[in-house]
Amino acid sequence: MSGELDFLSRAVATGKLSRRDFLGRAAALGVGAAVANTMLATAARAQTPQKGGALKMGLVGGESTNSLDPAQFLTQVPQNFGSTWGELLVLQSPEDGSAQPVLAESWDASDDASEWAFKIRKGVTFHNGKDLTPEDVAQTIRRHSDENTKSAALGVLGDIDEVVVDGDNVVFKLKRGNADLPLLLTDYHLIIQPNGGYDDPTAGIGTGPYKVEVNEPGVRHMSVKYDGYWRDDVGHVDSVEVIVMNDTTARMAALQSGQVHIINRVEPKTVALLKRAPGVVVVNVPSKGHYIFPMFCNTAPFDNADLRMALKLAVDREQMVQQIMQGYASIGNDFPISKSYALYPEGIEQRTYDPDKAKFHLEKSGHSGPILLRTSDVAFPGAVDAAQLFQQSAAKAGIQIQVQREPGDGYWTEVWNKQPFCASYWGGRPTQDSMYSTAYITGADWNDTRFFNEKFDKIILEARAELDSAKRTEMYRDAAMIVRDDGGLILPMFNDFIDAHREEVQGWVMDPNHETSNLKAAIRVWLKQG
Amino acid sequence: MGSALILRLIAQRLALGVLLLFAVSVLIFAGTQILPGDVAQSILGQAATPQALENLRRELGLNDPAYIRYFRWLGGVLTGDFGTALSNRRDIAEALGGRLWNTLFLAGCAAVISVPLAILLGLLAVRYRNGVIDKAISGFALASTSLPEFFIGYLLILFFAVELQWFPASSTVFDTMSFGARLQAIALPAITLTLVVLAHMMRMTRAAILNVMQSAYIETAELKGLSAFDIIRRHAMPNAVAPIVNVVMLNLAYLIVGVVVVEVIFVYPGMGQYLVDHVSKRDVPVVQAVGLIFAAVYIGLNMIADIVAILANPRLRHPK
Repeated sequence: MSGELDFLSRAVATGKLSRRDFLGRAAALGVGAAVANTMLATAARAQTPQKGGALKMGLVGGESTNSLDPAQFLTQVPQNFGSTWGELLVLQSPEDGSAQPVLAESWDASDDASEWAFKIRKGVTFHNGKDLTPEDVAQTIRRHSDENTKSAALGVLGDIDEVVVDGDNVVFKLKRGNADLPLLLTDYHLIIQPNGGYDDPTAGIGTGPYKVEVNEPGVRHMSVKYDGYWRDDVGHVDSVEVIVMNDTTARMAALQSGQVHIINRVEPKTVALLKRAPGVVVVNVPSKGHYIFPMFCNTAPFDNADLRMALKLAVDREQMVQQIMQGYASIGNDFPISKSYALYPEGIEQRTYDPDKAKFHLEKSGHSGPILLRTSDVAFPGAVDAAQLFQQSAAKAGIQIQVQREPGDGYWTEVWNKQPFCASYWGGRPTQDSMYSTAYITGADWNDTRFFNEKFDKIILEARAELDSAKRTEMYRDAAMIVRDDGGLILPMFNDFIDAHREEVQGWVMDPNHETSNLKAAIRVWLKQG
Repeated sequence: MGSALILRLIAQRLALGVLLLFAVSVLIFAGTQILPGDVAQSILGQAATPQALENLRRELGLNDPAYIRYFRWLGGVLTGDFGTALSNRRDIAEALGGRLWNTLFLAGCAAVISVPLAILLGLLAVRYRNGVIDKAISGFALASTSLPEFFIGYLLILFFAVELQWFPASSTVFDTMSFGARLQAIALPAITLTLVVLAHMMRMTRAAILNVMQSAYIETAELKGLSAFDIIRRHAMPNAVAPIVNVVMLNLAYLIVGVVVVEVIFVYPGMGQYLVDHVSKRDVPVVQAVGLIFAAVYIGLNMIADIVAILANPRLRHPK
């Protein structure tokens, strides 16, 4: 059995078999998706990379207002381009979500996880020829976390009290223990810059395998191989060009005609068409991002636990995954953690569509009359259709849902987190703790289910400082069960990242942490020569 | 009636144009001031602290009265300094220069194809009016205009980029490109734009000339035995040139200021996309600069149309 799977995984790695097909065959052979994904990653690495060639990517998510300042990265083009010229301290593993060293060689935590020492790698140089020093690292973290910062990474660095240099180490002193600090440093904004970027944040000077050659925001960016780069397992091509292609059809046409090697954000509706095109490989990977219908647990009628349960049981998740996402999604279980997170609590029973049980809970709640669900095109792709599917499946359980379509303009300021029941989405977070802390603990600004549960809050706070992984996993299972059974979250599905590349692109690493192979596709892949 | 008179008329038009441009600059400045929220607020976003807002306002000189800011801005513009973009701190004049050149290049190429083609087709349609050729030309031109430009663009991409692979699907151009490569890159958007503006100019040419053809002097020309083409070329065309130039100029202006959709489809780095990006970020200095340039283009092209009309028609030189 494993012989066949080995063969198949190599076939995927060389682009002869699609990843979906592989997972299907693996499932038929009784192998779970997690194991199958690991096999794929291993097979991709087992090939010998070929050096050289000019890689071109056509990506959505670039504007002429973009800047090379990592603190200002918001969209995919600067994010992907940033990975070519800049590096982080730590990278999240594509296989198990653990923290892997990059510019930080190793790290140690105090027993209460409130003080962390990161040993900074030696022999690494910036593109301006200067050596990377612990002071540069400390300054970078300070720039992203001081009170004047405009950095989008401030949210993940909020717990940092002080950063000091100690010999080869950078020591983080935290306001309270956080076992996830290494994973928080995988945030793509935290590119290490000379003197932390205080001198010129937009200089585009980093320690990455490529140095910036062309920077035309909203048009194209190009970087070329940096000779002084410190390792040879990434950065195979000679140059990387990122071309801004915000129009879906333009991206697909450019890929089909061979003008670019890699595109991002293939729409589920058009995947089937693109797959038929010769020379094109579609790569999809389950993500941590999810589409949701949050209910306010403190607002009638959703303050009744039975009514919430009735609505959770009245969603046909399978149907939504098939019809809204054409199968390019995985089914949700009403807690915001997908299998892509480290310490995922395995074995929690999957909630399924059960109109009879839903009817039972509806009657028990004593509620009657229509329930207003607000939705909009911008809530998530297909949110209006999804709301209508919900309406139909709920009707079979005797629940009357009234769908109200809201304008996209102002949806995030007037509807989401303001109205008691609507459609919305969340992108993934690096850790379970950051997901729960962002939107589920009492006092979180974005608690869009108005979920206030003392027991849950206590578990999350304790788990944050717990260094024993086994204990932590158990704590996260308890937390997940509370949200799933008692919370106001209806989570029908986790969306996939769908990218596509030309056949000659080799060594694609399936990485659930972010799209385009965790934004690292440009430095991970190589081009088949001849 | 000498050339001095014509020169004086042209000078008058130029002066009027400049005056108009100043009026527009006041409108643009006033318009961007009325926008809700001030610039400092939109740069700093939600996370703005009152202190940071105050610092930035002082840095940008937002605490001065509006008229002082207007003249400071105008002074900069007159010396070629549009300031820096708020969103990414790049020099606007520099970024805009490249974009404007790209837009003019694409518009120029589309005009070089479409204007002679439209006039030639118009002349042909008149020569064979109400015949098969006339109907075919009109039918084709109207059909290409009725199709939305994104649809034409996608069709061209499908056939010429994906299937035949003659031209690239995306038209990203940059400085180091050779002229030939640049021409090849913009072939598809130029053809798209040609198809979009062709009918308007062609129909106007046809109508204007047909109008003249009813005149007595055309009958005289026919009677003295000139060929149909000579009549159109020597007698009808000069008298019809004013309305034709007018519609040509309108379409040229459209080619420069109204092609955002085509730019997006073909990933072409022109002015339209640049403006849209910065409007959504409330990047006011860029919006002002682009607005002023678009106004200048419109005023300039209309002025040319006026002047050509005056030159072509002696009666307009003596306003009553």
